[in-house]
Amino acid sequence: MGLHAYLHLLGGLPGLWLNILAVISAIPWPRRRTSAADEDTELLARLRAGDEEAFLALVARHNAMLLRLAYSLVSSQAVAEEVVQDTWLGALRGIDRFAGRSSLKTWLLRILVNRARSTGVAEHRSVAVGDAGPVVDRSRFDASGQWMSPPQHWIEDSDDRLLAESLSDHIHAALDELPSRQRDVVMLRDVDGLSSAEVCEALNISEGNQRVLLHRGRSRLRQALESEMGGC
Amino acid sequence: MFWQRQELVCQQVVELITDYLEGALSRSQRQRLEAHLSDCEHCTEYLEQMRLTIRLTGHLKPEDLTPAMRAEFTALYRRWRSQED
Repeated sequence: MGLHAYLHLLGGLPGLWLNILAVISAIPWPRRRTSAADEDTELLARLRAGDEEAFLALVARHNAMLLRLAYSLVSSQAVAEEVVQDTWLGALRGIDRFAGRSSLKTWLLRILVNRARSTGVAEHRSVAVGDAGPVVDRSRFDASGQWMSPPQHWIEDSDDRLLAESLSDHIHAALDELPSRQRDVVMLRDVDGLSSAEVCEALNISEGNQRVLLHRGRSRLRQALESEMGGC
Repeated sequence: MFWQRQELVCQQVVELITDYLEGALSRSQRQRLEAHLSDCEHCTEYLEQMRLTIRLTGHLKPEDLTPAMRAEFTALYRRWRSQED
């Protein structure tokens, strides 16, 4: 529609509608909160435009996850670090081909898994669960299986983020104490946000196996936090 | 009633919690678990603690790059750029 026609149309609008339009366009609409995926998309765009800082930002975001997975896939720390470097190099080389159909994380993971497998030093770990036994001590239940020392409520409604910040050292310590397979799964699922299918593919374990590891790892974390909060 | 013989007790519930959160329970198991939860404040609290644990873990921030890592990856990037040009 030509400008002239547009202005003519505007001129014909009742004053009330014009006022409403004016008010609406003056309201500062809140910016949509960027998601992790949005941030990756933005960094990718900057990287493609040749922005070195964008690359470093992407590394800062994802390197820990890649290292974590590499350690669990290959037998030596040195090889793991090489594999991760190779992964980033592979990502840079393939950056123009990355179509964004999967998330960047998933794409990086696939590159890493391929690199790790091609090193040929894959560690053949039996998927030992790391520990057996109940996730809550038997002594906390009575003979009929009901709670005798039940979990005490931790906190009233509070900001998860603030609580997480104050507890982050404890969570890190508790994660460090997990058997490594449990830690791998818990971190890939709950820290890195990968799906169950992605974790199974990356670690080459079954769904059932993954769930057991996740169960034990998470239960231990809960226990550690409970101790911290002054519970049993 | 028939189903009462299959009622879950707390000690079983805590072992099924992850399967429940993952949607991996059969329908009848899920129903039995939810029936137990509706009657058991302790297991309900336990479930909430598991959910909170997951959320708190999810808030862990990725660590910043150490200066050494920054240098390493800067070098990697620049090597790649020089090969591209």
